[in-house]
Amino acid sequence: MSMFSNEHKLYLKMNRIRRIKIICFQIIIVLLFLVLWEILARKNIINDFLFSSPTKIINTFISLFQNGSLFRHIKITIIEIIISFFSTSTLSFFIAAVMWWFPTFYKVCDPYITIMNSLPKVALGPLIIIWFGAGFKSIIFMALTISIFTSILNMYQAFINTNDSYILMAKSFRASKWQTFIKIIFPASISDIIVTLKINISMCLIGLLPPVGEKIFFNKCYSRY
Amino acid sequence: MNKILKIKDLGKRYHTNNAEIVAIEDISFDVFEGDFISIVGPSGCGKSTLLSIMSGIIPKSFGNIDIKDGYSIAYMLQDDSLLPFRTVLENCLIGLEITKKNTEENKKYVIKLLNTYGLGDFINKYPNSLSGGMRQRVALIRTLAIKPDILLLDEATSSLDYQTSLAISNDIYNIIKSEGKTAILVTHDIGLAISMSDKVYVLSKRPATIKKCYEIKIDKSLSPIERRMDTEFSYYYDKIWKDLDVYV
Repeated sequence: MSMFSNEHKLYLKMNRIRRIKIICFQIIIVLLFLVLWEILARKNIINDFLFSSPTKIINTFISLFQNGSLFRHIKITIIEIIISFFSTSTLSFFIAAVMWWFPTFYKVCDPYITIMNSLPKVALGPLIIIWFGAGFKSIIFMALTISIFTSILNMYQAFINTNDSYILMAKSFRASKWQTFIKIIFPASISDIIVTLKINISMCLIGLLPPVGEKIFFNKCYSRY
Repeated sequence: MNKILKIKDLGKRYHTNNAEIVAIEDISFDVFEGDFISIVGPSGCGKSTLLSIMSGIIPKSFGNIDIKDGYSIAYMLQDDSLLPFRTVLENCLIGLEITKKNTEENKKYVIKLLNTYGLGDFINKYPNSLSGGMRQRVALIRTLAIKPDILLLDEATSSLDYQTSLAISNDIYNIIKSEGKTAILVTHDIGLAISMSDKVYVLSKRPATIKKCYEIKIDKSLSPIERRMDTEFSYYYDKIWKDLDVYV
């Protein structure tokens, strides 16, 4: 540090102050929001039955924590997320890979996937209960239908967007289709696949959360409070 | 002279919904061990198609390609197509992995090539840290890694700026000569073809067929850049330019 001129030290100091200021403002905004929410609820300006209030939430949290039901519900929700996330991701990866492998299969499936993807899947809720009963299976299936079509399309896009010259290079060494997939297509698509996985997590959550999943089908989650 | 490759009456037809296109037609020539052959043609005439057929990437429609037993062909593409997720060494090894010849001995050979040709410090770096000329050398070493006897080079320097392409033409020439390889270069660059080769074939417009053949009689001991300064160079340049009959 001693190597720096005073001017540079000042520059670093100003940078640090700016960073601290930003964090302070961010905290102040949250606090202001909570305080305002609490005041509006207590003064009955907003209906606290609909909008709740910070203290009510804290009290409910404490009582749920004390009777032990909080963790039971969190656990179930997490298991649901994990199962639906992994099944969506592996299934869509597999289907996208098959579509890459057999272009004719992709051409046949393409319109159906587009139609399925544009269906308002939440509206299928009642049907899904009839098919799978009001339980765990329905929730997973709901999460799957919401996330899988987007996931298939995104992964397939990632595969076919691989630079043609990489594929040609592999061909020049007489690579088989399997080698091309394992050595070129898959590693070249990893960053896009990761983005798709991130989207899958949030899509699966949409499938699980009320009013889509747990609230309707399975009276066992944090959201019913 | 040891004849290692014989191309006879080679032709290629493409089929589209609207037409049947004859890309190349009746191409015949022989390649002897140690030759450096260039094929020059007007743009879009089917030069790259010819190499793709010779390398086996796309099938031929007519004719024969006979390689002498025990000899092999490798293809260096126009684009360096280095994989950004593999290091320089891993990029050079991909051909060996695909052809299932990824032995310790072959890996040592690749490392030796990288060291010899000035890439020793970049073995474990990723391609994004290389200059255009270095990338081209890595692509060449990747092709040499599978120890081919005949190298097919598609516009080996066209992706580079003019000065780098001059320098890399020297490099590629030296590498190919010192590794004792036979090379067939396809290019639109008349100067590059004359400066690198023993023989230049001039192709006609589509459908491409061999129009002329020139034996380049410039001193073989000169480097490609030095050959460009030879008085004979402009003689060949003029001839080939007129053969190509370019108008825009």
